[in-house]
Formats: sequence, structure tokens, C-alpha cells
Amino acid sequence: MDDMESGVVKKFMFVNRKAPHGTVYALEVLEMVLISAAFDQDVHLAFLDDGVLQIKKGQTPAGIGVKNFSPTYRALEGYDIEKLYVEAESLAERGLTEDDLLVPVEVLSRAEMGRLMAGMDVVLTA
Amino acid sequence: MATLHTVNKSPFERSNLEACLGHAQPGDAILLIEDAVIAALSGTAFEGKMADAARTMRLAVLGPDLAARGLDPAKVVTGITVVDYAGFVDLAAETKATNAWL
Amino acid sequence: MKFAVLVNEGPYNHQAADSALQFCKAALDKGHEIFRVFFYYDGVNNATRLGEPPSDDRNVTRNWQKLAEDHKVDLVVCVAAGLRRGITESNLAQGFRISGLGQLIEAGIHADRLVTFGD
Repeated sequence: MDDMESGVVKKFMFVNRKAPHGTVYALEVLEMVLISAAFDQDVHLAFLDDGVLQIKKGQTPAGIGVKNFSPTYRALEGYDIEKLYVEAESLAERGLTEDDLLVPVEVLSRAEMGRLMAGMDVVLTA
Repeated sequence: MATLHTVNKSPFERSNLEACLGHAQPGDAILLIEDAVIAALSGTAFEGKMADAARTMRLAVLGPDLAARGLDPAKVVTGITVVDYAGFVDLAAETKATNAWL
Repeated sequence: MKFAVLVNEGPYNHQAADSALQFCKAALDKGHEIFRVFFYYDGVNNATRLGEPPSDDRNVTRNWQKLAEDHKVDLVVCVAAGLRRGITESNLAQGFRISGLGQLIEAGIHADRLVTFGD
């Protein structure tokens, strides 16, 4: 039996805890997220700890010689990926607010994030 | 339906364990593997934190990773179970999802 | 039970691949199925046939090959991550295959559990 055809919909969460640019994870997670859109699953993106920096406004990596992939986060909506969650404590710890983010998100407390994670079927981390 | 959280880095080097403890729910399982196994030992700066967590969650540590590092499984914090890879598989099978804190 | 395994790191910088191998062997020993092992990020480097570790060290690529031979485990290397790092059909070790990221998402859907090993 093919689960794709049988219409199995699982709750997927991509958990982003690492800053962009210093390592490749943010970029390659994004590639994974874009592919997941084709599978009609219930996709969630979580940004916590240094992961909140992935969606910081004003990223200008030209000076370090790497591609600016941050505009892609704004394109996710076009793929029907609209469940983006950011942890309030992670923002506050880094002196950031929701206004610093380049894409609309739902801000959750750490406790709420923990409960949201607990409801997932597949959690992908890097 | 609980989650199995795996942590593979020493809390003296990275915040993975703290992040995991900050999000895991009562009834969840946490397995320390690779360089995270140091956090399972009594007498470390994390002993109190692990003993607290063991009150509401199932804590386990991977025995082969302790042995590889010369760490004594007899000295793990009370409430932490030493498991082998088969025990790791059992934990993953008994929980609904696995969350690797990398 | 059907397990899927994701390997995020290369064969030697991190313990991730060794841990993943031990997990797979233990799961198979217990009668579970490994639906697929997917190699992403630097994990694609597990699939090079050009690695020649010293003879007194383990050969991680060979260990994966043996797992695939003995248990017909599907070892899938991400095409995009592989291209970026120079892992292509020309240097792919036997027992691995190259395919798209969709194979990982599909594994997440089909398998009962997805277990990730990384840095």
C-alpha cells in the first residue's frame, strides 16, 4: 500500500536551533522544507535558540562570499508552509523582538513550544 | 504518547542538554549518547539537574558510550538507567517520535 | 516496527555514523525493519568509495555496505547534498543509491519512527 495515495498526513516539525552562515544546516534544512511541501503533510517550522537568527531581517552575507538564502523564508507561504513558530525566550535572550524577523511567525513561550513539539509525529533536526 | 529525546553533546560544551530539558514533557524519555554521557554521572555539576529531571521523565544513558570513555556505569545518577543499543531501539519503539537535540 | 534513520554527518569527524550503524544492527537483531537510511548534509560522504582508512581502523563505508548486503537495507544519498560535495555516481560505493530529498520525507511518512544521528 502506498501511504502517499492512501492520504496519510503526519505532523512534521523542522526544528532550527543553529545560526545561519556559520554552518550549512539552515540552508539545507530549508531545502528539505521546500521538498516536504510536495507531500501534503502538516508541516511546522520551529525556530529556537540561535535558530531565531535564521529569520533575522537584514542579512547581507555578500561580504562573506555566501548566498543570501534568507528571502526564501518569505517564499514559504507560496508553498502553503505557514506554520512558523518562534520561541519568545530565545528572542529575548538575544536582544531581539518579533519586529526583527523577516517573516510572519507565531511567538510561543518555551513551555508552549515544548507542548507543540510533543504533538509531532516526525521531528527533523540538524 | 511520549517522545524519546536523544542528546549527544556534553553539557560542558553545548546547550543541547539544557535545551532538551527545557522542552521535554513529563513522561518523555531522554537518552544520553556519545559525548552527552558525562551528564549521567554522579558528582558532576549537572547531577542535581539530572536527578530533578528523573523525577518526571525516564532518563537513560548508553552503556557502550560510557565504557568507550572509561566512565563507570555504577556511578550514574540514581534514576538514570544504563541501556545498550537494543535498549535504545526499545526506547525508540516505545515512544511515538524521536527528537534528536543536535 | 519500521525504522527510518537519518545520518547528518560524515563518516569520521563525528560519531554519528557509527552510532547510526549500531542502532540499525540492534534494531535488525530485534526483528525490526530498517525501511531506509538517508544520508544528508555531510552525511553523504559516508557513500564515497574512495575512502581508505588505516587498516587497523574501522571502515565506515564498508560497514554500511555490509549492512546493506546482509539485510537488504536501502541506503539513499541525497542527490543535491551529494552534488554539492562531489558525491556522484562516479565515486559512489556499491550498496548506496543516489536519489532526491523526497525519499527522506517519504521515509518519514512510511516508517513508524525516524531516528536522526548528527553533530
